[in-house]
Amino acid sequence: MRPVLKAKGAFMAKKSKVVRYNKWGYIFLIPFLVVFIVFQLIPLVSTVYNSFFENYRSGLTQIGPNFVGLENYKTIITNGDLPLYLKNTMIMWILGFIPQILLSLLLGAWFTDPSLRLKCQTFFKTVIYMPNLIMASAFAMLFFTLFADGGPINSMLIQAGVFKEAFKFMSHAGTVRGLVATMNCLMWFGNTTILLMAGMMGIDPSLFEAAQVDGATANQIFYKITLPLLRPILVYVMITSLIGGLQMFDVPQILTNGTGDPMRSSMTLIMYLNKHLFSKNFGLAGALSVYMFIITGILSLLVYKFTNSEKK
Amino acid sequence: MKKRLVSLLAIATMTATMFAACGSSETASTDTASSDSTSTEETTATETTDTADAAVELPEDTGKVLNIYGWNEEFKSRLTDHYADYTEVDATHGKIGDVDVVWNITPSTDNAYQNNLDEALLAQESASADDKVDLFLVEADYALKYVDTDYAMPLKDLGITDADLADQYKYTQDIVTDSNGNLKGASWQACSAGFIYNREAAKEILGTDDPDEVQAAVADWSKYNETAAKVADAGYKMCSVNDTYRVYSNNVSGKWVQDGKVVIDKNIEKWVDDSKELVDANAETTDDLWGDDWAKGKRPEGKIFGYFGPAWFFNFCLDADQEGTIANKGGWGYCVGPQSYYWGGTWICAATGTDNANLVKDIILTMTTDKAVLKDIAQKDADCVNSKTVLKELASDDSGNLDLLGGQNPYAQLAEGAEKVDLSNLSAYDQGCNEEFQKAMKNYFQGNATKDEALDMFKKAIVEKYPDVTAE
Repeated sequence: MRPVLKAKGAFMAKKSKVVRYNKWGYIFLIPFLVVFIVFQLIPLVSTVYNSFFENYRSGLTQIGPNFVGLENYKTIITNGDLPLYLKNTMIMWILGFIPQILLSLLLGAWFTDPSLRLKCQTFFKTVIYMPNLIMASAFAMLFFTLFADGGPINSMLIQAGVFKEAFKFMSHAGTVRGLVATMNCLMWFGNTTILLMAGMMGIDPSLFEAAQVDGATANQIFYKITLPLLRPILVYVMITSLIGGLQMFDVPQILTNGTGDPMRSSMTLIMYLNKHLFSKNFGLAGALSVYMFIITGILSLLVYKFTNSEKK
Repeated sequence: MKKRLVSLLAIATMTATMFAACGSSETASTDTASSDSTSTEETTATETTDTADAAVELPEDTGKVLNIYGWNEEFKSRLTDHYADYTEVDATHGKIGDVDVVWNITPSTDNAYQNNLDEALLAQESASADDKVDLFLVEADYALKYVDTDYAMPLKDLGITDADLADQYKYTQDIVTDSNGNLKGASWQACSAGFIYNREAAKEILGTDDPDEVQAAVADWSKYNETAAKVADAGYKMCSVNDTYRVYSNNVSGKWVQDGKVVIDKNIEKWVDDSKELVDANAETTDDLWGDDWAKGKRPEGKIFGYFGPAWFFNFCLDADQEGTIANKGGWGYCVGPQSYYWGGTWICAATGTDNANLVKDIILTMTTDKAVLKDIAQKDADCVNSKTVLKELASDDSGNLDLLGGQNPYAQLAEGAEKVDLSNLSAYDQGCNEEFQKAMKNYFQGNATKDEALDMFKKAIVEKYPDVTAE
């Protein structure tokens, strides 16, 4: 009996002397939580809340907020614009993302390959990252001027004899989408390269050495070792790029002066959302945002499922 | 050492992008903060005003701060130069006697000016005396949005009578008359506009550059279209379809929005059909106004026959001070054109709830009716002023001759145009409708859509912009 009691007493005494660190964990979480709640959670909830109301301004007259239930959701579904703009957004994203990821993989593989012994690596890494530093709107403005009917590209093409008269880049769906995709690709391939390089450098070098000893070619090493082991980073890059792509706004907005012309073929979802903000139409804009939230969630899940399924 | 420098650079660039991302929202918040604080630094006044009981007898001014809302420096420089009591303090502050003048200037890009003014006016009632809007400026395209509300004060409540304003052009008053017939603003400008043509090209194509004979060649739309065909044969373009738009849209027979429904007027439809034909015949361009391609016609190499525009356009937008432009060589001529119209101008409105009613009244009267001031504005600032007498004087002597028009005195034509402008069919939706219509129709002109598809696109855009309007 006594030894048990003694042991219990000793245990209790010991417990009180233990320094508890987990409260610090919570304290360190506070700044993040506060920022998250104020800038993310509250806006998220109020967006959903707003989407159930008719609430806009006509001139200086405020109309609403009146509760209308799911009316806003119905309006957006029935006018048929949402799938169209989703399609535009996805086309422009894919057009930009495919060259971007290929370019980044190639550059990443070269930069991390010790046998190539590339010189001035840091310099090149800085240079390819540079386009990301330019404000998207300034970049779009630059392209707008370059590809204007009387812009330098057109005069060069005419002088080279490619065209007889100025080609209207801004009035063809293909060229406008192509320009948007090119700009997005140019702006983001540096960022992707750096992310992929980090992933490639995290791969155990002994794997590469073993493969070389076994006589694998550079191509085999890339496809059989680098790519499979890079998958987690690739998934991350794809999902972040997809979310960024769905939120594409500034480049097409500035390039087409907010119209998404020709015939709104380059209008993205966020540009459409922006249209509702002229009249401060928080109801419709809210409903549209909720739809986009759902679409983004579904697409991200799909990407995650697809790229991770073979692993198991 | 070198390597470390490069990697330092790399780190610096990457951190810079992080901040670049937050940049836009940061500047936005400081903007609003600064506009809020501009007027708070003054001392507080406790008096409130009620102007309702006094129609002509105004209450004594109690405000110590006169808040003026505008979108550029134009009115500020007019007030500085021509309002005797005004002294400038700094870029956004001035003084009239004991009253501090505070300029709240927001550019109109992306509707920023109107958004800012909307918030200020909606908060007018609860704002402290020093923060209340006293004067605000509007453009014709959206004047009714403000004028047709109680936020703008009828001029007769300020004690300004019809007799005071008799010398002004009627169209300048139509724009700021609300649906009950109350006049709620005044302008010092009369921006009647016409056709500005390239004399060289006119001589080559029409065999004359005399304003009357060129006018005969563009006297109505069918003659204009005939001339355009000749212009195209000579390798020139008449102008942009967006140049002619205002000429058509000023001469409509009904409002854009009737009983909550968008109505496309016959004359607007005529613009679509005429323009499509001219674009297909290579006689007009589809360039957006103010763009680089559009601006090329200011030089002879641009091969443009003309522009449509008012006095401020040929005085300030044709780059007369640049070597090699047509204006620099005095190569433009001016005639009234197919239909009379106006373009631009700034109207001064008094905000309901102002605590400086007497001062506001005096500013409006001095700046828009005092003939000596108006003549001074016309001669010093090359504005086409809103006074029949002054324009007549300018038309009758050589002081109105302009070098950039090859010595032509345009005031006779400007005055004639201003008399003829008829703006009884304005609506508060005009700005949005006009902008969206031109944007949508560009698709049709460029062959990317049929006329019906383009019209559907316009209707869609209008319903987005004005949820209270229907389009079917």
